[in-house]
Amino acid sequence: MNPETSTPSKAPRLSVGPCQYFWQKDSVERFYAEISGSPVDIVYLGETVCAKRRALRPEDWIALGRELAAAGKEVVLSTFTVIEARSEMGVVRRFCENGEFMVEANDVAAVRILRELGLPFATGPSMNIYNGATLRHYHRLGLRRWVLPVELGREALKGIRAEAKLADVETEVFAYGHLPLAWSARCFAARYHDRPKDQCNLLCLDYPTGLPVNTREGDRFLNLNGIQVQSGLICDLLPVWRDVVDAGADILRLSPMPQGTLESIHALRRAILGDGAALASRCERPGPICNGYWYAEPGMVRARLAK
Amino acid sequence: MELVSPAGSLPALRAAVESGADSVYVGLKDATSARHFAGLNFTARSLAQGIEYAQGRGRRVLMAINTYPQPKGWKQWTAAVDQAAALGVNAVIVADAGVLGYAADRYPDLPRHLSVQASATSAEALAFYRQEFGIRRAVVPRVLSLGQVAALVEDTDVEIEVFGFGSLCIMAEGRCLLSSYATGESPNTVGACSPAAHVRWEDFPDGSLETRLNGLLIDRFAPGERAGYPTLCKGRFRVGDRLGHILEEPTSLNTLELLPALFDAGVAALKLEGRQRSPAYVGQVTSVWRAAIDACLADRATFRPADAWQRTLAELSEGSQTTLGAYHRPWQ
Repeated sequence: MNPETSTPSKAPRLSVGPCQYFWQKDSVERFYAEISGSPVDIVYLGETVCAKRRALRPEDWIALGRELAAAGKEVVLSTFTVIEARSEMGVVRRFCENGEFMVEANDVAAVRILRELGLPFATGPSMNIYNGATLRHYHRLGLRRWVLPVELGREALKGIRAEAKLADVETEVFAYGHLPLAWSARCFAARYHDRPKDQCNLLCLDYPTGLPVNTREGDRFLNLNGIQVQSGLICDLLPVWRDVVDAGADILRLSPMPQGTLESIHALRRAILGDGAALASRCERPGPICNGYWYAEPGMVRARLAK
Repeated sequence: MELVSPAGSLPALRAAVESGADSVYVGLKDATSARHFAGLNFTARSLAQGIEYAQGRGRRVLMAINTYPQPKGWKQWTAAVDQAAALGVNAVIVADAGVLGYAADRYPDLPRHLSVQASATSAEALAFYRQEFGIRRAVVPRVLSLGQVAALVEDTDVEIEVFGFGSLCIMAEGRCLLSSYATGESPNTVGACSPAAHVRWEDFPDGSLETRLNGLLIDRFAPGERAGYPTLCKGRFRVGDRLGHILEEPTSLNTLELLPALFDAGVAALKLEGRQRSPAYVGQVTSVWRAAIDACLADRATFRPADAWQRTLAELSEGSQTTLGAYHRPWQ
């Protein structure tokens, strides 16, 4: 597409997705204090990976949400992805019944609860919305925002939006971070330490960005995050944000990292405001970056250098 | 307890029926089901023959349409549902909400089972699918412990089907994108995991062997070491200074010793994995499980898996090793 003749892309909103890692409470608070003053629009809060991670209770997340809302952020509470025990459902229910903030459902169990409460909701990337009929079905139940599954890309997004023909639904795309790829009953961090999952001693606290997995030839492959397996490479669609927006994204999601999140937010915001150089350095930067899914290629591929 | 056996071909379907399966599950020769392998699965014609054969003997045929269609494939998936209804299968096994909605609207009398690929692990999730799409049964992911399965049966009026034997997915099914991350093709999108077209085996003069998936080194076997198919989650990788099966060893699930507990829990059906396996495999495994379920029905209290059964299953298992998987808490 020739940028001279195309219509200008609409400005997307920026979001900070739920933190996928397990951090100490003071680290979480420091992180969101920084986010509070940053140019993001939406902040997703809550533990989505492992029910044992209780540094913040639901009440703490909600209190944090109030602070962020007071700072002008839209706050959304995000729920567990794999729900195995009745006690875990209690936490999901507590979020759904919070009474203040919209909820992002990462499992249909939360959709069921939100539907019964008659509340509008968002869905996370693990909700498997692969076609327009599915999106329309959830829309009838109250869906107002959805995140594209991370293994889908531009053509799928365009197709789903064209099929669904929904005006009052926002589309969000996971644009920066280690991709959530798989979820298990098994805790891979505990397994690495030869510990049973039930006696994990919360060792994920020692790995604030997960545990890198390399092939025997040293290729960075995966990243272990408790019961979750992530991409070893960081998916970075920021340099192609216009393409993502043109395909139908209303919101671009950045996944929290202990370092660099703020820098990425600022760079993206500057780029959206018209600073053509803001993201330029990232395009040529060598590093553990992938973007293949967006181009319908293997996710681990760095498909092309963005302009 | 209903015994549900796999069939990737007409001979396998016959073997399953002859060996005592109550139901046989199948899929079409395309991306609409989760065992999309070259040379495997059914055409409309072979499926019609299979249905006639099984139903003529009082058995059921369940058709998996359990991958997630994208817009460009939507018509192919709805055509598969149309075909299932026209051929008279006993139920369809579906994961995608859009396809479930289509099936429920068009063919309300065609029973719908929720595929394991939908990853429903809670009573609330099952209630959702029951209310929205009228599902009769759900196959639950291999992430639940035995206690969790029992609690689920207690909390739901949807029939629960569990995996009893076969290859072990260690991830929540329908929520594993490892394969597309490496190859572009996943169980969700095309019904393939670590697809053969991307596999490379390389022999070295010293007798060692490497397996690769789309160029990624999945495993390296010493001379004489038993080499396995490079399924991503069963490769040997490096974390820190450790090298090994970081995610899972090449083992199979075998729940034979849990059979009385699965009965006690109220599990409605037990599924054997392996549509990609040979008719001989399907026949042997089905025979063992038929005998075990019959023994359990006769006297649950004194049930013990016969040594001969366990030997047969062990010989047929990946890497000749079996595990209780997530049913057994310490595995987790």
